[in-house]
Amino acid sequence: MSGEPTPALVGASLSRRFGTRTALRSTDLRLARGDRIALLGPNGAGKTTLLRILALALSPTTGTLRVAGIDVKREAPRARRLVGFISHKTGLYDDLTARENLQFYGRLYGVEALEQSIDRTLSEVALPPTSARVPVRTLSRGMQQRAGLARAILHEPAVLLMDEPETGLDPQAQEWLVGLVNRWAAADRTVVVATHRLDWAQRFADRALVLENGSLKADLPVGASPHPLLAEAYRSAVEAAW
Amino acid sequence: MRTYLVQVCALLAKDLQIEFRTRDTLTAILIFALLVLVTFNFALDIRPEIADAVGPGILWIAVVFTGPVGIGRTFSEERDRGTLELLVSSPVDRSAIFLSKVASSMAIMVAAQGLLVPAFVGLFNVQLEPGAIVPVLLLGDLGLAAVTTLLSAMAAHTRAREVLLPVLIFPIIVPLLIAVVQATSLVLGSELARDRPWLGLLVAFDAIYLSLGVAVFEYVVEE
Repeated sequence: MSGEPTPALVGASLSRRFGTRTALRSTDLRLARGDRIALLGPNGAGKTTLLRILALALSPTTGTLRVAGIDVKREAPRARRLVGFISHKTGLYDDLTARENLQFYGRLYGVEALEQSIDRTLSEVALPPTSARVPVRTLSRGMQQRAGLARAILHEPAVLLMDEPETGLDPQAQEWLVGLVNRWAAADRTVVVATHRLDWAQRFADRALVLENGSLKADLPVGASPHPLLAEAYRSAVEAAW
Repeated sequence: MRTYLVQVCALLAKDLQIEFRTRDTLTAILIFALLVLVTFNFALDIRPEIADAVGPGILWIAVVFTGPVGIGRTFSEERDRGTLELLVSSPVDRSAIFLSKVASSMAIMVAAQGLLVPAFVGLFNVQLEPGAIVPVLLLGDLGLAAVTTLLSAMAAHTRAREVLLPVLIFPIIVPLLIAVVQATSLVLGSELARDRPWLGLLVAFDAIYLSLGVAVFEYVVEE
């Protein structure tokens, strides 16, 4: 028995086809606990497809996936409890309040002490109590995004996946999002953020995966001083897409 | 099992809470169904002696045609707002999503029929025994909700879903439609429908499509 901790996510030969179009080609990845991953790539590179597969919202055409050592094909409900996902849409019901949305999702995920968990989560995403008591459709884009994040982290997932969460947010809100990603990862949780923006990714990521045309082209460290090959890999992926 | 029931109840409560707040589906069903009843009432000269024979068909045309209009949108709305993906990726047994949608569709149809059936009785001047018509309505609604829910989930990922859904639904519900119209005729005292196990056929139809939905829903919602 080795003392090495179980990785948060292990994907092997993951691929996905939609009809005749291949959105993701045989992709292997291994994410450790506490990793802060930026998933970079131009439009159509396969970022969203990969995130949806990791979020267990989409089955891969081929390949296997383990979340915290759990095979998602054998124990899907257990694995799903460990993952939080926010896509381009907030995933909230517009006619319900943010609190009602959280109560609903909390029941689906079997969150214990639900009301206290909701209070704690709303405080984590800095959504004022008054904003949580009005229908979601009346909230600003930024507030909706916070409520959507609250929905994704309410059940305290071991892996948090975000698809371009900075879109539509002002610079202050983007800064706040960086803080949230860092706080979340500091608690030994894995965060994967898909984004187009290398400069923004450098603010929170310690590792970057670059996708190009459905294939993983680079897996490089980021940190304060980015790997010299990273910018080149990203630039080449964007040029290939055009 | 307890967790499963909690999840079904949470999903059902959410749907009903939204419907109670917006009344979108209920309003669409009521307006459409009342229009059908009123149109038939004015278009056909239905004398009292034939109302018992013709009425059940008109009532169920009004109910059945509201399926795609109202409850058929249930999954396309979830898909459009991005919540279907989250329901599918949540730790909920996918059959729980199907059963909760069937239950919420049924609840909305029953609420609509609370107004529709008295309007039918008034417009066509027929006598209905509540104790006899309620089981027929519930069995008809259940079958219609099960088929519509299953097919609307299948159609949710398609481009022409508004067109596709009625095309898929109507041929499949022909046995249900025949049984429910005949069972309603029986309640209205028609001799033609006697000596046929219409309620048995309704129960069998409902059981088949509910079981089918529970069994295959996991694959139906897969993209």
